[in-house]
This record gives sequence, structure tokens and C-alpha cells, in this order.
Amino acid sequence: MSKKENKNITAEAIEEKEYSILNLGPTHPATHGIFQNVLKMDGEIIHEATPTVGYIHRAFEKLAERRPYNQITPITDRLNYCSSPINNMGWHMTVEKLINAEIPKRVQYMRVIVMELARIADHLICNSVIGVDTGAMTGFLYIFQWREKIYDIYESICGARLTTNIGRIGGFEREWSPKTWELINDFVKNYPKALTEFTNLLERNKIFMDRTINCGPISAEMALNYSFTGPNLRAAGVDYDVRVATPYSSYEDFDFIIPVGTSGDTYDRFMVRQEEMWQSLKIIEQAIKNMPKEGGFHADVPDFYLPPKEEVYNNMEALIYHFKIVMGETDVPKGEIYHSVEGGNGELGYYLVSDGGRTPYRLHFRRPCFIYYQAYPEMIKGGMLSDAIITMSSMNVIAGELDA
Amino acid sequence: MSQEVFNKVQQAVNEKFPGAIESAELTFNFPAFVIKKEFIHQVLEFLKTDEEQNFHFLTDLTGFQTADEKQLGVIYHLHNMIKNHRVRIKTFFDINKPEIPTATDLWDGANWMERETFDFYGVKFKGHPNLKRILNMDEMDIHPLRKEFPLEDQTREDKDDKMFGR
Repeated sequence: MSKKENKNITAEAIEEKEYSILNLGPTHPATHGIFQNVLKMDGEIIHEATPTVGYIHRAFEKLAERRPYNQITPITDRLNYCSSPINNMGWHMTVEKLINAEIPKRVQYMRVIVMELARIADHLICNSVIGVDTGAMTGFLYIFQWREKIYDIYESICGARLTTNIGRIGGFEREWSPKTWELINDFVKNYPKALTEFTNLLERNKIFMDRTINCGPISAEMALNYSFTGPNLRAAGVDYDVRVATPYSSYEDFDFIIPVGTSGDTYDRFMVRQEEMWQSLKIIEQAIKNMPKEGGFHADVPDFYLPPKEEVYNNMEALIYHFKIVMGETDVPKGEIYHSVEGGNGELGYYLVSDGGRTPYRLHFRRPCFIYYQAYPEMIKGGMLSDAIITMSSMNVIAGELDA
Repeated sequence: MSQEVFNKVQQAVNEKFPGAIESAELTFNFPAFVIKKEFIHQVLEFLKTDEEQNFHFLTDLTGFQTADEKQLGVIYHLHNMIKNHRVRIKTFFDINKPEIPTATDLWDGANWMERETFDFYGVKFKGHPNLKRILNMDEMDIHPLRKEFPLEDQTREDKDDKMFGR
């Protein structure tokens, strides 16, 4: 809601005013994660906010300096844990770029399917949680079972649901089963109905619109200045999407649009995510339709991709490769790489420096959450406390990605 | 395309600030320049504000330590979204005098990224409005990503774990 200024208050009166301090967090149910905000309040208006982050910092960049490349994938799961497959795939692609591996088209399309499913899961949580924070629990409860269905798909591909560790450097760990395809087809067929229901619940809902329009807005200039990326930047009106700007994993083959907003407020962020879910579905449909029949499920990179077990027992080379990969003794070429993918929250970048050894010399994750969360105090200043809550949930701040 | 960007940026920076570029390379289709520390702020400002270059977006800012452990570095990734050009700017300086001008006056987004770099590498960004630790606790007295703090050595022998021995 818009801030109202009282013209009668003089400068002296403001100086004499006593502000009250409110601790929002670190463990507050409304913040959906562990981070603290010390708010300086004037009644219910926020005068100043000081965020404190780092409560779940796990030193990923330091840990990565000791780990062989294939063991870093589980670390990336825990960045944005609402869409871990995107993080995994981003990491695989970074290493593949470094070792100059050629990935079959079929694997790239399979990756696109998994990544878009993850994007749907990510946006779905974010949008339904905006509903919860504005008082609409229903949408959240109904739509959440669809996230479970996406997790079922992950589970049938890799065996895990939340922290997936999906895929390997070079491709997937195994061929997708008929059951997986059945689940994906079911999802693509039935999810539009559920999403339409969810849309009808919120998109043109008078209460929801009154609550979210003009709440926590950010201009395009300011968003760019604060290095925003992803849906939050697009809601402000900048049509930047890594999938289109620097296509990876054959995204150039797919036909989809980048939704943009105008004012960058909570409603725009909500709408951009809604539309992106539809676009993701469109991409998945195209990927299923155009999926190459041939090509297998992994590239030919014996240094990084585990050989099948029968070969390990019967073939000396396979045994050597198996041993080297499992013990993490595979050297990679020297190089300096920046690779980025469009994560659930924006440009997820991997800056990797390799000195030719078995582990990275330096690995830095460009975490979109961490970078755009610093604009939060600026965005909620002068607004109401309840607006601050929905601004935070609409920015989709994920504690794991924030703190790395 | 990146070759073109590489030539253009190199030429423009060389014209404007002769001797500022220490070395330049194009690795994996990504133009990268090592800029002398004295010039770093001017070069960043030039790349951001110059209409031809227009690298208006700070994608990433992070720290780095060279292998000889004598130098620290700061690495900037800049992006020109309109032409979709990217460039990597690096600068290195002595580890005992890790001071460098801040980029917060150019990009507000540099604020936390510089705090993170200070937190992990101890790089002091001169002119930063609030240079405090961000992810680690305030009482910490080391900068943990420096190479002088190794993680536990996997080959140590004082640990006896017969069941899952390593």
C-alpha cells in the first residue's frame, strides 16, 4: 500500500519521535527461512531495516576447494533447495565446458525437461506462499500436491526428492524408465488444470490485488543497479533471461516468451512467475515432442562418467576409470570459466578456476538471492510491516542460496 | 563475437588509460583483462559510463588468492545487457596491503558482494559505507578462504576408523 505523508509534522517533531525496534526473525514463521531483520518502526510504518544474514552459512566455497568435481554436485543442491536440479545441471554444464565435452542432443533435452520442472516447483512454492502471507491458505494447500508430483518425477529419475544430486558430469546416471515418462506426461497433462484453478483463486481476486499491487515496488534502474536478475528483474520491466541471452543446453531450439512486468511490485512478481510456469510447461511439451530417439543418456567422457558395472568387472580400462572417478583422482584441464544458468531466482553463475588438479582452485557461486536481498531494506522503507512480509516472500529469498 | 568484444574493450581502455592493462586473454570465449590496481576504479567507471562500452550491469564480484599466496585479487564480471557482451576484469595486489577502492559508488549491488569478499579474503574496500563481516560471525579474526587455512587433510593418519577406514 502507498505511504501517506503527514504534512503537519515538522522536522523537530520527527527528531523527537521515539521509534520502536522490532526483531523480525531469525526464526520467524513469516520469513520462511533463517534470517533476521531489525526493523525501526514508527507505529506500523517501517522507518529503517537492518538485515543480518549468514545463519546457515556452510562454507561451500571452501569445501569445494577440497572436493573432486563430481562430489561438488551435492553441495550445489543445497544452494536453492527449491529447485536443486537447476543448480546441479548448472554445475555439470560448467565442468563440461571446462573439459570440452560434447553432450548429445537427447541429454540436453532431458536436462531441459528436468530444469523446467524444477522451475515450476520453485515458482509454485513462491507464488502459493505469497497467497499464504496474504491470508489465502487454500491455494497453497491445493497446489502443493503438484510439487509432490514433481518430486515423484525426480525420485523416479535419481532416487532423491529434495536435495536431488540429479545427473552426472556428462549426462544422466541411468536411462529414464517408462514410469518416469508416464509421470512426466501425466504432469504435463493434468497440471494446467490445477494451475488454472490456482490462477482463478488469486490472479483477479480483489482482496489479493488490493493487497499486492504497489507493495514493495522497485524501478528498473534501481533493480539493475542492485544487480537483480530473474523474475524480480523481469517484473521491473527488463527482459533479461539467461536462457535467451546466452542459451545453454539447447534452449535456442525452444519457442517461449519472456514475461515482463511494469512496476516491479509484488503483484508483478507474482504475475511474472505465474506466466513463467505456463512457459515452462510449453517448453516441456516441446522437449517431449521433439525428443531425439537416438543419442543415449550420457556423453562419451570416460574420465568423468562411471562405466557400467559389468564392464568394470571384465574390462581393465573400465576398472581404472571406475577407480579414478570413485577415488576422485581425475585431473581436469587448466582454465577459468564463468558459466551461468537461469535458476529459479535469477542468474545462477559458477565462477570456476582450475589449476589442473583434481579439485577446483577456486569456485565461486554467484547466488542471485544474496545479491538482490540487499535491496530489501530499500524496498520496504516507508511501507507497512505486513507489506514487508509479502515483499519478502514475493522476492523468493531462499536461505540456502543467501548464505551458501 | 567475443573476439570482437575483446579487441574493442582492449583498444578503448588502452586509448583512455595507457598502461592500465597488465595482461589480456580470451579464455573459453570470455574476454578477461588484468588491470593495474591504481587504475581499477577509473577503468570500471569508464566501462560503465562510456556509451560505446556500456557495461552497466555488475554480474559478480569476488575475491581470489594467487597460488604463491603473496597476492590477493578481486574479480569483476561486467555485462552489457543490450548488446549481450560480457567481460571479466581482474586486479591483483599485495596480500599485506589489501586495499582497493570500492565499487559501491558505481553499483549499489556491489555493497554485499564487497562485504563478502572482505569477510572471506580480508580485502579492504576503501570508501565502502559499511565494511563489516556478512556471512561469518563478527568475532572471527581470520579470513577463512585464504589458502593459509587448509581444510582437514584427507591423508592424516592419527584418525583410527577401522570400519570405514580411509
